[in-house]
Parts: sequence; C-alpha cells; structure tokens
Amino acid sequence: MDNLLVVSHSPHVLGKNTVRRTMLDVIIALIPAFVAGILVFGYRAAVITVISVVSCVVFEWLWNKILKKPASVGDLSAIVTGMLLAFNVPVTLPLWMVVIGAFFAIIIVKQFFGGLGHNFMNPALAARAFLLASWALAMTTWVAPHTAVPLWNTADVVTSATPLAAYAGAEGTVTQLPSYLDLFLGNVGGCIGETSALAILIGGIYLLARKVIKLRIPLTYLATVALGTWMFAGSDGLFSGDALYQILAGGVMLGAFFMATDYTTTPYTPMGQIIFGIGCGVITVLIRVWGGYPEGCSYSILLMNIVTPLIDRVTAPKRYGASKKRKEAKA
Amino acid sequence: MENKKGYLSTFLNGLITENPTLVLFLGMCPTLAVTTGVINGVGMGLSTTAVLICSNIVISLLRKFIPDKIRIASYIVIIAGFVTIVQMLLNAYVPALSSSLGIYIPLIVVNCIILGRAEAFANKNTVGKSALDGLGMGLGFTCSLCIIAAVREILGAGTFAGIPLFGESFQPVSIMILPPGAFLTLGVLLAVINVIGGRIKKNKSDDTEKEGI
Repeated sequence: MDNLLVVSHSPHVLGKNTVRRTMLDVIIALIPAFVAGILVFGYRAAVITVISVVSCVVFEWLWNKILKKPASVGDLSAIVTGMLLAFNVPVTLPLWMVVIGAFFAIIIVKQFFGGLGHNFMNPALAARAFLLASWALAMTTWVAPHTAVPLWNTADVVTSATPLAAYAGAEGTVTQLPSYLDLFLGNVGGCIGETSALAILIGGIYLLARKVIKLRIPLTYLATVALGTWMFAGSDGLFSGDALYQILAGGVMLGAFFMATDYTTTPYTPMGQIIFGIGCGVITVLIRVWGGYPEGCSYSILLMNIVTPLIDRVTAPKRYGASKKRKEAKA
Repeated sequence: MENKKGYLSTFLNGLITENPTLVLFLGMCPTLAVTTGVINGVGMGLSTTAVLICSNIVISLLRKFIPDKIRIASYIVIIAGFVTIVQMLLNAYVPALSSSLGIYIPLIVVNCIILGRAEAFANKNTVGKSALDGLGMGLGFTCSLCIIAAVREILGAGTFAGIPLFGESFQPVSIMILPPGAFLTLGVLLAVINVIGGRIKKNKSDDTEKEGI
C-alpha cells in the first residue's frame, strides 16, 4: 500500500505553489531587512533573530510532538513568525523575553486556535503586544544606530528617541530630526527590522514579483497613512504634516508589506483587502496623532485582524442569481 | 421536581460537576475583575458563599409562600439584604479587603450564580439540600477564583497572597494582572479542563462499551 492513488476533484493541475514555497519566499524577502538590522544595530540583532526563530521552531515542534499532531515545522511558517517577531522588538531586549514572546506567538496565538491557517491574529504582532504590555520599559528602550549593546544586562545602555517619538516631541529627545536619507536607509533608532525602508522595499518588490502578495493592502495602507498624517500630524494646522517622514519612520513599511499581507488574518476579497488597508491606515494615524503611543502600526493591524471575518462576510461575492431571487421573492 | 440526589452528591455537584465558573460560566464579571490577587479571590469567593448559603436557606424556607409571578423580585430583595449584611461586616472588620474589592461586593446582588441557584435549586428543594447546594456552589466558585488568582498573581506580580516568591531580579509579566491576563488565564484553564473532562468521559464510555460486549 505504498503507492496510494490520489483521488480528488478536478482541476488536476499540479502547481508549484505550496505553503512551504510561499513561506520560503517570505523568508527570502525578509533577508534584506535582516541584513539592514545587523548593519544598523550590530551583532545583537542577529542573536535576537536567531533565538526568536529557533524558539519558534522548537515550540512548534514540541507542541506537535506532545499532542501527537502531524509535524508542521516543515512548512517554514514558524521561521517566518520568528523572524517577524524579532524584527518587531528593540535590539536591547533581554534574550529570555524573546523566548517568552516566541512561546506566546506559537503556542497561545497560533496553536491554541488550530495552527497555521486558523489563528485569528498575526502571531508575531500579538506577541509584540504581549511583550509591550508586560515589560513596557524593556520594549521601549531604544538605542541610536551603531551603539555597542552588550549581550547581557542591557539596562544601562544610552537610550535615544525613535524618529516618531522625536517627531511627536517627546520629553528629553533631541530636537534634530533625522534626514529622509537616514530614514530611507534605516540609519535611525527603532525595532530591529523596521528602520530601513530600502531593505523592506526590496523584500516587498520581491514578494510582489513572485506574486506572493498583492499590492492592494500595502498601497492603501501607506496611502491612508500619508494622507492622514499630512492632514493632521502637522503643528501648523491642517495639511502641514510631513507625510513622507511619517511613512518612512516607524513600523508602517514593515507592517504594510509583511504583516498586513498575512493570508490567514487578512480578508481574501479584493474589496475587503482595500477596506483592510484603509482601516489599518486610519487606526495608525489615530494612534500616532492623538493616541498615547508614538507608534500605532502593530495595534492597527491587530485590530483589523479581529474584524477581518466581518469584512469578509460583508464583501463576499454574491452567488450567481442568488440576490435576484431574493428580490423577486420580496416583491 | 424534588432533587433525588443524596446530600453528598448535592454538595459535590456545585464543587466539581457543575462548577459555577468553569462549567456553567456564571459570575464571569467578578471572576475576571477581582482575580488580581489570591486574597481578593478568597475574599470575593467567601463573601459570595456566605450570601449564597443564606439566600438559598431563606428562599427554600419561603418557597411555598412566594407567589410565582413576583418570585424574581422577592429573590432579589432577600439576596440584597444578605449582601448588605456582608458588605457592612467586611467594612467593619476587614476594611482593606473591602476597599480593594470595591463595587464588586454590592454587585454580588446581581451575581448570576446566586439568582441562578435560587431559581434552579432552592425554589424546588428542601432547606438542608439548598444549604448544601449553596455551600458547594460557593466553594466551587471560591476554588475557581483562587486558581485563576494564583496563576495571575504569581506570574503577574511574583507574589502569592502578598508574599514575594522570587528574588528581586524577577521581572513580573505585568500583562497577567492587567485585564487581558484574566481572559488569557480563564481561556487556558477552560481549555485544560475541557481536555481532562473529555478524556474522563471517553474512558467511561469505553468502559461501558466493553461491559456491553
């Protein structure tokens, strides 16, 4: 009985499009941002990313082993989650917190809800929110680029403001804002993977070229953020905000290309994806301009993840003839 | 409608098989709100137990006299009376606990466990059984609160009933004593209990099947 015949419905087309291949593409697309993170923040960025990836894979393997489920490590999704989690934390984060974040992402957010394809929100972002709520100080200890950060005991490093905190005029920050070029190349403070817009764009273009993601969500998201911050984020009344600065700074780029395009937690209809992108943008602007945090990218995506089933239901295409019949029945 | 079960099983029913929090999902509001510390959990649980026993006894005594149409209103009046007594006692003897429980003590009046047991049990059963039912349900509620509160306090503050458990280097998982921690703990606890309950049920049905063969 080794050669079981596959019996399934048509179409019997053999494609190369597997979960594994898709995830591999995402990993390849994340590598430029990974390299940029190491260049900007030093070797500790690599250490955090490796620990995050390894613990995600180990937790996924352990879960499958203990619950006697089919092994799912091979689909590489745990590696993607691990990389995204590492890209969403500051380089100074104590290493054991990374492991706890990985546990939360894989076990609680992903596996408790049924594994890949069943999680209701992005595991990496949910873990980031969990870490931020638990260890707010450690999660907001930012350093200037090229600061030497010790592997252990990172509490004593010299902190600096992120571009967004500087823009919002947080207390004790330097008044000098980074230039567009520094923002574009990633030569600023922030989370490991979010600083370099260039690296993220390279990865994003690769994903678009491989047709792993569609442009709808990133484009609508970035456009909404640009429009909203241009209108409201300025200090001299309406339409005086610096939209380009707001797009390049913070996690919007990373979020738009890599996290707001996750298949499981975003709408599948074209119209739904546009609504999703605009919704993320509106919430990001709301948090950045009027909220208590300087950055709202991760919360905006998490909140829109939660309403995704509703968006899907509203924008679901009508079955051929279905609506017509109902109208006739009413009449 | 008289409950045919014995006294012991009436008591255990509330404690385990129909645990108000973990099986019946009653009284979720205090469960989520006051379980930030073990002491709060015990205080809330025992206050509710006291009210539950007293109201069950009185309602069971009066069950033949209360007209059916106004029974809910009558129950509320009886329960509110006992809650007021408990609140005054707490205020007088443990003011610290009373202030940390705050509004949740008066809110025992509208706790669904108490009204639910009045309607579903005390209304139809003898005084002795009603008292035991109140005791079982109350202790079941207290136990669940304690378990949730212990998990949240140990992880979220590094203490148990106010006593520090770990060294000073311990950095607590603050989210666990924040509102999301309540939902996380309750969800995981329910999942574990459902798994265990499912296993027990499966084993039982396997046994009966074997006997059948």
